[in-house]
Amino acid sequence: MFEYCANPESLEGLAWLSCYLTTGKHLSFYTSFGTVLLLLAITAPVALAFGFGGAAMARSKVAPARLFGKTYISIVRGVPDIAFFMFFVIALDQGFEYLRHHAMCPDWDQPIRQGNDFIVCSVAKLPLSTSPQWIHEVYGFFLAVLTFAIVFGAFAANVLFGAMNSVPKAQIETAWAYGMTTRQTFWRIIVPQMWVYALPGLSNLWMVLIKATPLLFLLGVEDIVYWARELGGTKHARFTDYPHGDWRMWYFLALLVFYLAFTKVSEVVLNRLMTRLSLGQATAGGEELRRAAQ
Amino acid sequence: MSCIQTISDYGLRSIGIGERLLPTSDFTLCQQFTLIGSGMIWNIYFGVLALMAGFFLATAVALGKASGNAWLRKPSEWFIFLFRGSPLFIQFFFAYFLFLSLRSEIAFFEPFTAAWLGATIVLFLNTSAYAGEIFYGALQSVPKGDSEAADAFGFSGFTKFRKITWPTMMRLAWPAYTNEAIFLFHATTLVFFSGFPAWKQQGDALYYASYFADKTFNPFVPYPILAGYFILLTLVVIGLFSLINRRLNRHLPQFSRSKIRYRPKLFR
Repeated sequence: MFEYCANPESLEGLAWLSCYLTTGKHLSFYTSFGTVLLLLAITAPVALAFGFGGAAMARSKVAPARLFGKTYISIVRGVPDIAFFMFFVIALDQGFEYLRHHAMCPDWDQPIRQGNDFIVCSVAKLPLSTSPQWIHEVYGFFLAVLTFAIVFGAFAANVLFGAMNSVPKAQIETAWAYGMTTRQTFWRIIVPQMWVYALPGLSNLWMVLIKATPLLFLLGVEDIVYWARELGGTKHARFTDYPHGDWRMWYFLALLVFYLAFTKVSEVVLNRLMTRLSLGQATAGGEELRRAAQ
Repeated sequence: MSCIQTISDYGLRSIGIGERLLPTSDFTLCQQFTLIGSGMIWNIYFGVLALMAGFFLATAVALGKASGNAWLRKPSEWFIFLFRGSPLFIQFFFAYFLFLSLRSEIAFFEPFTAAWLGATIVLFLNTSAYAGEIFYGALQSVPKGDSEAADAFGFSGFTKFRKITWPTMMRLAWPAYTNEAIFLFHATTLVFFSGFPAWKQQGDALYYASYFADKTFNPFVPYPILAGYFILLTLVVIGLFSLINRRLNRHLPQFSRSKIRYRPKLFR
């Protein structure tokens, strides 16, 4: 990257390190931190939307919707989350291919599952075998996001379901007394008030989501764990300009520090947000703020 | 091959007893149930060992965090922050590579790079931090009246802690601690996917489940089997912990006993 990096063998100390840390592969490593942040930025709202849908369904008056919502909430608990990650990635992939297969090749007469193979017609393959490399990567990332959203959506649904039930009954009864319909009560009374009850659970969930991002590695995305293993391994002088021993320990130490800093910053921000939301609420936190202001 | 034969061949495969080769084709349901069940031995081993050892360190860490002495408090706070603030997955990786580089210097660290010891240590430290935070929270909410009554009866020092503070702390912490135990068992599935090698293909339940999913390209059989085993394990854990919970609460009137509710809020 720097001009003096042209001849790495002559370098020493910090100059060597500055060149080593700015090789092309290291820049990919830094970009993969962006991948993690991108995953968080997309997954968090999608999972929240899934959670909102799940929670709304779980308290619905229509029995099948209620059953679906409750099952969704309870199924992702009780089983290790990593098992779900590994399951959904294959299952979603096969599900999409299966649907496309039925839509695109209606006159295909062979069974899709033949022994140990899953065979769909070639136009139904996802991504198409002719598509460029970046489509494959984007598709892999998309599957990862969807998997994260499904799993964390269930956790969010659990939190939001609890929060919707914590909105004081008197508020809802007052809304009825004013002649609001169930729908109006839901959107105008319950939804605006539930966030303060949901926030502790949601902040916990956010922390958990941050700490679940290394699992991207298991889903086949080239994330920070992948690059840390790749870059840290022993490099011989024959294959690289920057030979070094087994440095994987130091790379993972860096990841550890990255996550610690990230969770710490999140904690501080979320605490501030909680204080803000508690203002004027009829909760213990709100009462404390009111007393402090007097 | 009958199912009984399969069970005797593969029932203890995960600890190296029985058939050496894993099945490679024509997988039967019986094989999948047996091997994944056999892998559960590892999950239970990791979980039970880490939980039992972690209980004591967690108590120590909780007391340290509540201590007035900064030399005790600061290390405890940092310990909890370090293990709760970072992903277990990264902790496994880091510990594995740390042991690996230590091994090349000192031969003593040879067994630490194997899952049975290395991963157990990481899980032990991790659960100590999570449980330590739970115990600390419980310690903070021990009713003042209990402590004052103990003073009035002339309890002091260690006797007071052992007879008054500690039982109440346990009683208050127990429901949350049950959830922690459940999640510890769930977390054991990460071990063989995070650096620690499965020696001679002796892995845990998820290791075998993903083996079958890879070979058959069909995730719809092995993963639900794994889920079934874990739900069973969760029920057993809840059952055992409720027994202890009942004992801890036996002096209280029926209505004021704290019940264990499965609330999966903390996990790593």
